[in-house]
Amino acid sequence: MTTTLDNVEAQRTSVQTFDLKLGGVRELNKTLHHATDGDTFAVDHPGGKHSIAVGVNAEVDIEINGHVGYYAAGMNQGGRITINGNAGVGVAENMMSGAVHVTGDASQSAGATAHGGLLVIDGNASARCGISMKGIDIVVGGNIGHMSAFMAQAGRLVVCGDAGEALGDSIYEARLYVKGTAASLGADCIAKEMREEHLAELGELLRAAGRDDDPADFTRYGSARTLYNFHVDNSSAY
Amino acid sequence: MCGIAALQLRNPKLRDELGSLLTTMLCEIVDRGPDSAGLAVYDNPTLTTDGRSTLSLLGTGLGINAAQLTALLPEDSAAEVAEVGDTTFVSAEVPAQELADAVAAAHPQAVIAGRGERVAVMKSVGHPLEIAERYGLGAMHGTQAVSHTRMATESAVTAGGSHPFSVADDLCLVHNGSFSNHASVRRELKRLGVQFDSENDTEVGARYVAHRLEQGDDLETALVNLGETLDGFYTLVVTTADSMAVVRDPIACKPAIIAETEDWVAMASEFRALAELPGIENARIFEPEPGKVYTWSL
Repeated sequence: MTTTLDNVEAQRTSVQTFDLKLGGVRELNKTLHHATDGDTFAVDHPGGKHSIAVGVNAEVDIEINGHVGYYAAGMNQGGRITINGNAGVGVAENMMSGAVHVTGDASQSAGATAHGGLLVIDGNASARCGISMKGIDIVVGGNIGHMSAFMAQAGRLVVCGDAGEALGDSIYEARLYVKGTAASLGADCIAKEMREEHLAELGELLRAAGRDDDPADFTRYGSARTLYNFHVDNSSAY
Repeated sequence: MCGIAALQLRNPKLRDELGSLLTTMLCEIVDRGPDSAGLAVYDNPTLTTDGRSTLSLLGTGLGINAAQLTALLPEDSAAEVAEVGDTTFVSAEVPAQELADAVAAAHPQAVIAGRGERVAVMKSVGHPLEIAERYGLGAMHGTQAVSHTRMATESAVTAGGSHPFSVADDLCLVHNGSFSNHASVRRELKRLGVQFDSENDTEVGARYVAHRLEQGDDLETALVNLGETLDGFYTLVVTTADSMAVVRDPIACKPAIIAETEDWVAMASEFRALAELPGIENARIFEPEPGKVYTWSL
């Protein structure tokens, strides 16, 4: 089932607010780790600090008002986290479930190694977006940088702009949907036919991200599966 | 890992605050390189004067004698010597090379860390904020400045090995990363007659840029050529008398973020170094693309 952003806008009652100009990230994260389902938090003046809202382990709503540094919302499990700004390296890295929404741009390695949940980036994501993704869904409104979805194992990456060099290098079973062009495809990554089930799942992902792009405008990329087994013709190389 | 924070002030009204703004930025990149640091400040009237060349020499208490230097210079050009923090500044109304030759003749052990009419270069070993304090960075004014915090990988932790590298008049280069083929490029430049002060990889980058500029490249072209010649990881900030450039290698492992308003352009290793700049909330903020050269002029 696709996680959606809808719940993020759910009614917020008794919002607990943290001002990171006054308090530290450790104090914030400690509080978040003891939160219970339904709790709501706001974080002001993040100032590009690292590791904001890392390790959330409950179905809580968190709204961060400003730009965040490295690893924001990393290891998220169940949290619905909105970053009203840009995110540094490794946003939502190793997310397990829940939803992370970046309203600006994300730096490199967004959603790296993540197992589940939905990461929505309204702007651009730079290099290595979805590197080694293992089940996460990522929707990027703009472009993504080079080496994105490198060794991607499972999950879906949707790009409404263009993809940089070597998209999907050494990809396993993740599915990549790109609306614009891919500067080049990495080893074993090929364009594939858009069948009905792909149009349907892409439509669902775009809706989940609050977008109205037409799934028919996208190209699907995936693994040619030629690297799965050793090929005897290559034995002379060893 | 190293940290970079650079600021070019377009709005003259902000130039009194250059040092305080840069100190705020520097605070946020200390973690990235706590072993040594360096600063380059352009157009600070207490350190440099238009029409006079200033050399920035590593260390103080070097026994530099102004009268002895003056005797080596053409008539009517008196040398002056001043010590600020851990740096000795020597200046005179002669081309920087003539002054450098006089210093080399009188004090062959002196290491020139910076040169030009517009730039003062200050490099030291130790905690970057203590270094900034020793130089009184917070009170400095000027047009543009670069700071670098170093976590050494390719050569020793010394003041000479810290950045910026300033090897031609008013040219400074700072580097986060490491050049892998610096030995071959150094050999090639030596063959062309370029002289080196250290075994440091970044010095090779700086000498290469200086060499290309001397050959007639503009700053952007010199950095495009650097990308084709030097291999390795790098985010570089290069400054000249009136411009600043940023370039990252095509793999772009080393971070960089740029923010720009009508009043200033700033680059840092991480956004948190830009977070307190005036007007940041309305700045155009972007990550420089891999392999692309960005330049701004005053």
